[in-house]
Amino acid sequence: MLNVTVNTQKIQVPEGSTILQAARQMGVSIPTLCNLEKREAIGACRVCLVEVEGARILQAACSTPVHEGMVVRTHSAQARAARRQVVEMLLSEHDGNCPTCDRSGDCELRALAEEMGVSQVPFEGMRAKPHIDDSTPALVRDNSKCIKCRRCVTVCSEVQGVGALFPQGRGFQTVIGPAFTRDLAEVACVQCGQCAAVCPVGAIVEKSCIPQVWKAIENPHLHVVVQTAPAIRAALGECFGYEPGTRVTGKMAAALRRLGFDGVFDTNFTADLTILEEGTELLTRLKTALVDKQPVALPMFTSCSPGWINFAEFYFPQFLPNISTCKSPQQMFGAVAKSYYAQKIGRKPEEIVVVSVMPCTAKKFEAQRPEMESHGVRDVDYVLTTRELAKMIKEAGIDFRALPDEPMDAPLGLSSGAADIFANTGGVMEAALRTAYEIVTGRELPVANLHVSAIAGLAGVKEAALTITGTKPEWNFLEGVELKVAVSHGLGNTRRLLEHIKAHGSPYHFIEVMTCPGGCIGGGGQPRFTDDAVRLKRIGAIYSEDESKKMRKSHENPDVQKLYTEFLGKPLGEKSHHLLHTKYAHKAK
Amino acid sequence: MTSLPASAAPCSCACSCEPSETEMFARLDEVISEYREKPGGLIPALQTAQSVFGYLPETVIRRIAEGFGKTVSEVAGVVTFYSFFTLHPRGKYLVRVCLGTACYVRGGKDVLDAFKKKLQIEVGETTPDRQFSLEVGRCFGACGMAPVVMVNDTVYQRVKPARVGEMVNQIVAGAVVAASEKEHT
Repeated sequence: MLNVTVNTQKIQVPEGSTILQAARQMGVSIPTLCNLEKREAIGACRVCLVEVEGARILQAACSTPVHEGMVVRTHSAQARAARRQVVEMLLSEHDGNCPTCDRSGDCELRALAEEMGVSQVPFEGMRAKPHIDDSTPALVRDNSKCIKCRRCVTVCSEVQGVGALFPQGRGFQTVIGPAFTRDLAEVACVQCGQCAAVCPVGAIVEKSCIPQVWKAIENPHLHVVVQTAPAIRAALGECFGYEPGTRVTGKMAAALRRLGFDGVFDTNFTADLTILEEGTELLTRLKTALVDKQPVALPMFTSCSPGWINFAEFYFPQFLPNISTCKSPQQMFGAVAKSYYAQKIGRKPEEIVVVSVMPCTAKKFEAQRPEMESHGVRDVDYVLTTRELAKMIKEAGIDFRALPDEPMDAPLGLSSGAADIFANTGGVMEAALRTAYEIVTGRELPVANLHVSAIAGLAGVKEAALTITGTKPEWNFLEGVELKVAVSHGLGNTRRLLEHIKAHGSPYHFIEVMTCPGGCIGGGGQPRFTDDAVRLKRIGAIYSEDESKKMRKSHENPDVQKLYTEFLGKPLGEKSHHLLHTKYAHKAK
Repeated sequence: MTSLPASAAPCSCACSCEPSETEMFARLDEVISEYREKPGGLIPALQTAQSVFGYLPETVIRRIAEGFGKTVSEVAGVVTFYSFFTLHPRGKYLVRVCLGTACYVRGGKDVLDAFKKKLQIEVGETTPDRQFSLEVGRCFGACGMAPVVMVNDTVYQRVKPARVGEMVNQIVAGAVVAASEKEHT
């Protein structure tokens, strides 16, 4: 431990700590626009300058390690003046049309300027030549707003293992972007939106669908239904001043109803449906391998996360046969809404508009994949992020905090607790195990409170093993089999797992992959700013949502059972095959 | 050399003609395996690759990225960071006018303007006849002789703007070893 004095306080900090970490440890806030939790200091923004006794010049707190006896003044007149000048210089290059910027509400640069009392910019700096990259359905890049902090570069390469973005060029001409100044659609970007989630300004944001959704709602000839992903209910409240981890499921349903949607439904419903389809698919693959002794692609991978699908299509085509053919719950919902539900209410599929609210930007891409349709009708028409939904609620003048708790509508609104936990890393796997184990043995999954604790939490790659005993006669080929599963979240972790499997083979039967750190609760479309503390709070909220329900297994959902008896027949049946399953293809990098 | 030969067939004669694309890529693969494990090996690999190809086309950058296990965006980022590297074919004579501090204060900017006027090109461009490319240098370590101009490997010291026209004529007449001659020896 090292003895350090920060301002007037003396503290002890572990060796190797930076000034920024030491200050945070004692509750002193030093501003930064480039620092990212658990990542090596980037040191690009220079906003964290502090005075260190004995040092000739000011030091960047994020990248200066403390030493024994160091005396730091974080808010001396000199430090404040220098930091302010750095912000003024950033502002002089920055396209500061704040009122029209997507980030005016949560821009870190704007907030910092306000905190520092910057009332004018004394420099007239050169401005970057504006280039808007709206080539993907998911994201919009505007380099005239970019302050070159490189958070997006770090998250794209180090956290997600994709590396689509890197500083190109030098000095003032630097552009943070793909190689050869290409647009995102032309490179191997998976559109996960983690870049947009960490950007301090409005340089990378989701491509908004808000105008199209308003237009659909206001068209009297259309029947507009909305589905909300499991992760929304644990995060939407943050946009209305609630603490992270506050569950707002009832208020969210009430708000959606007041926005004018004709049906307020739940992606959770098709999460339950996914478990039946995907669980059956896994058991079928196991049967093919163990009973028929036929070659079959194992381990099977989950298919809910569209960033992961893009990642596999770009980087790991050899694993495409291993990915479950199930469409994601979002797409299953659209397909069911425009067939089963359309029939039920006597409307033509083309008169129904499906709007999704997702914690995700890649879902915008997924909805536009050419194969995601039936008979020429798109499964899902528009995808909003959690942030976009919050904007619509505000635009409609709805006092969110004053809303009553309301339920979702029938018949696509009922869900089990197993569906809720799709939002968390490890959740899809746990939901699948709850159902698959019970189908095979007739008994409940033998773990405390139905939680498979080994695959919960924020460790990058997690695994669990479960020996199946006491099987029903038709499943006796699984008697004594030790079912091995793995869970990864964040594509960097996933890349390491897949490279390991490529080199050493896989002991696993089933692997869950979620694109974003923490799972969907940490998605690229969630309220800013998401760090591990926020992730854990949202994860906790999702587990308590699950535990608050009597029905906690997907196969118990009576409305899903009804969907099979009235319409689909059986899992992996003819109708399911047509509506609920899909295929993947290798994409050139 | 100024551009990639169209033919991919290896050159089998013993003459001094340009190496074929196949030969250049074989050399590139050697370069990659030589440097891929070395810390900081990317820059020398790019330098050697540029001397083989005359510039760093996208295909070469992709091959290097793959060989080094780096992303294309990162390697392209390194290439575009250093003024020595170029994504475009350069002329037979690469004129680099130093605008480092010493050269700048001793009139490097005027020398650069004289080259622009004489060659009728901007910085980063190549003359239509592929004879000259014009670049800005950031100190060649010859500050005592400022302002300095480098043409391929030849250093010109204390260059006066009025002398630039004459210099260009001398270069064409053979005062400087042309890029293609140098690389093939």
